[in-house]
Amino acid sequence: MIVGSSKSCVYYNYLQRLIVFTEKGLYCPAGDFYVDPWRPVEHAVVTHAHSDHAYPHMKQYYATPISAAVMRVRLGADIAVTERAYGETFYINGVQVSLHPAGHVVGSAQVRIQVGNRVWVATGDYKLENDGLCEPYEQLQAEGFITEATFGLPIYRWKPQIEVQQDIVSWWKHNQAAGKVSLLYGYSFGKAQRLLSMLNSFGPIYGHGAVVSITRALREVGVDLPPLERPPLSKDPADLAPGALILAPPSVGNTSWVQRFGDYNEAFVSGWMSIRSTHSSRNIGQGFTLSDHADWPALLQAISASGATFVQPFCGSQHQLSRYLREELHVDAPDAPARYEAAVSTEDEL
Amino acid sequence: MDALSSLFVALDSSTKTLDKLQALQHYFESASEQDSLWVLWLFSGNTLRRAITATQLKEWAAEAGNIPRWLFDECYIRVGDLAETVALCVAQTETGRKNLELADWMKSISELRTQSEVEKRQYIVQSWRNLSQIQRFIFTKLITGGFRVGVSRGLTVRALAAVIKVDAATLMHALTGNWHPFDTTLMTLTDGTGLNIHPYPFFLASPVGDIASLGEVPTWQFEWKWDGIRGQIVKRDGEVVIWSRGEELITDQFPELKSAAQQLPDGTVLDGEIVPWRDGPLGFSVLQRRLGRKTVTMSLQQSAPVAFIAYDLLEDQAADWRSFALSVRRCQLEEVVSRLSDERIILSPLVQGTTWAELGQLQAQSRVKKAEGLMIKRADSPYRVGRVRGDWWKWKVAPLSVDAVMINAQRGHGRRSGVYSDYTFAVRDGEQLVPFAKAYSGLTDKEIRSVDQFVKKHVIEKFGPVRTVVPELVFEIGFEGISASKRHKSGVAVRFPRILRQRPDKPVAEIDTIETLQDLLRELS
Repeated sequence: MIVGSSKSCVYYNYLQRLIVFTEKGLYCPAGDFYVDPWRPVEHAVVTHAHSDHAYPHMKQYYATPISAAVMRVRLGADIAVTERAYGETFYINGVQVSLHPAGHVVGSAQVRIQVGNRVWVATGDYKLENDGLCEPYEQLQAEGFITEATFGLPIYRWKPQIEVQQDIVSWWKHNQAAGKVSLLYGYSFGKAQRLLSMLNSFGPIYGHGAVVSITRALREVGVDLPPLERPPLSKDPADLAPGALILAPPSVGNTSWVQRFGDYNEAFVSGWMSIRSTHSSRNIGQGFTLSDHADWPALLQAISASGATFVQPFCGSQHQLSRYLREELHVDAPDAPARYEAAVSTEDEL
Repeated sequence: MDALSSLFVALDSSTKTLDKLQALQHYFESASEQDSLWVLWLFSGNTLRRAITATQLKEWAAEAGNIPRWLFDECYIRVGDLAETVALCVAQTETGRKNLELADWMKSISELRTQSEVEKRQYIVQSWRNLSQIQRFIFTKLITGGFRVGVSRGLTVRALAAVIKVDAATLMHALTGNWHPFDTTLMTLTDGTGLNIHPYPFFLASPVGDIASLGEVPTWQFEWKWDGIRGQIVKRDGEVVIWSRGEELITDQFPELKSAAQQLPDGTVLDGEIVPWRDGPLGFSVLQRRLGRKTVTMSLQQSAPVAFIAYDLLEDQAADWRSFALSVRRCQLEEVVSRLSDERIILSPLVQGTTWAELGQLQAQSRVKKAEGLMIKRADSPYRVGRVRGDWWKWKVAPLSVDAVMINAQRGHGRRSGVYSDYTFAVRDGEQLVPFAKAYSGLTDKEIRSVDQFVKKHVIEKFGPVRTVVPELVFEIGFEGISASKRHKSGVAVRFPRILRQRPDKPVAEIDTIETLQDLLRELS
């Protein structure tokens, strides 16, 4: 096997591994490329367009067409992206790569790497539940399975989407009856579109500019989303359609942008809402637990179904999941470097 | 339990006081009298004596949740609350339970103490499996205590007072002190018969902002702000009881004060400060030796002597004096204290000054006086209930402080769980860094989130829940006192350490040294 001359420091010098952890991100030594690197590199395969996975300044990106569309909105129209459809095989420095649906957000992908007859998979972020909007997760078989572990503790068990949908709709109806505007905070790429698609048939919905621009870009590349407009600019809440719901990123909470809606109720939507202290530390009243990541049972299910003999959880509760796999399931699952705990950091935490 | 969990969800899903008040009223309107009393008792911060250790709960929950014990502990670190961790890790596997009233649950829980471990375990695990997630959380809170719901006692009392149509202030007074839902009823609490050892609700001072805005000096009364614990001495029907500010009976911890107060006439209530005292105030660490003990020996009374510095008179000759002006109460207080022959009850001396500048100079000497600053009380003010701004101000001296670097971080508990919010700070000792204080508070939530990000990206090592981090973030750490300590690596223990501010301007090379702390120790002892 020929190993490319990497300039990065390799934490684990196990050359038989198809994916290793470096201080620039996940790295494939055989093909001299990275997956979701956070420092500038030559070849960056990007699993999805969240800003903690798609970083700027890469010489050459590889991504799905939908991810590429969002990346152009966020990183600039002039980035160099090689677009690859799900399942399409391509080569980077002679190594065979393909992207497969991860079910996390629209366009999100797992990266399948094949050298000879050996297959490794880097999942990126994923969820198993079909949310009705993004391409459902595809279960891959692999020898090495590099899995996210954002919610890798048994305290994280999500309710089915249909139940969360009912909870949100009944909160919305309650606000409507009280003559209040409903403000729903969720991350502007991914969560907001999932909510839009879930809630569209229940009443009038507006979006904050950040949500609207991403939604437009997605509609342009053919994602099945309803049109979404900004709320009217006027300061008079009466100009909104009666009983309106507004989708906005969490960062606008407590700013004049929301204060103009007069009498409103607000709620956050995130996987982190499952822990009470998340509400109280941010002085959030209402929270709905809806995550785009795999919960504890889903992580164990995906790992087991992959048939992998080597599993490398990273991000979030990586140490805990690794130890559980080692001690309880007797899987080869070493600890990732501590730095990778925050590999997925701020962006989709709320 | 269903009604209680609905109340809990309603309280938990709003940050608006009015919503909470309505939710409480709604509950009290339909709850039984006994259940209302329990809610009042629990929301006042009371807990049943624990029948089960935290270790037992963790073991049983791990097994019921079918996860290894270490993983349960990891979950607990993340969640920051034991009852919530249990609620999340154990699943409801059985349905069809009866909806018992809160009083029934409390009865079963209180009976656990006399049961064997096997019986306890069976009852608890069975209950977990029978309850929904939110009810499992509440039930476990009832077992472990510390049932906080973001509602003040004042608000709970207001809601109940409105429902049973009594005056909120009267109800508040009736509920001050220790009473128990097992041996009282709302009727006896509100008809005044149960009041004979009750203290009055404490009036609390607020930190003063701008001294100049207080107006004319002569309209105020000044005293030292003593560094002890707040207390009320109640003498009625020949009996003396001493209450702490947390409304716990602490009479037995201070037998010499009890005996000194026997000289007070019946129907007298004094408000004041219990301070470590031998011909003058001693350091707070002396008083700490007296706190939380069941029995206090003679030798401890001699080696850690205390006095009660009286500064207000709330009841005289069995009449409530709280509505009289402070100046009137003060005159009568001087009269009452002067008749005592025991020097362990002392009158709080007044501090005299004619201008704010002069008072400022006196205030600056507080530390030398072993005081924390000055109290500023409006001379014509009544004795109010709780923290009402405007009449009582505390003018504290600035805390002692050093610049130190963060070396360890740990995830917090409660509302700060999940983020790295508990830090260890070090000062320089030559080329080394020596830890000297842990601090949890002082940063805003936003600042904590940014430090949290720093920690995640600068981890050096991991020891269980503790992360050692690159020593790079410098903070100004404030504290109220310093004493020598053999238990601490630095040789000093600081009191009430907290973060005053981040010092991004200060490089690690310029933080304070161990010598700075040693100098402070010498100056102040």
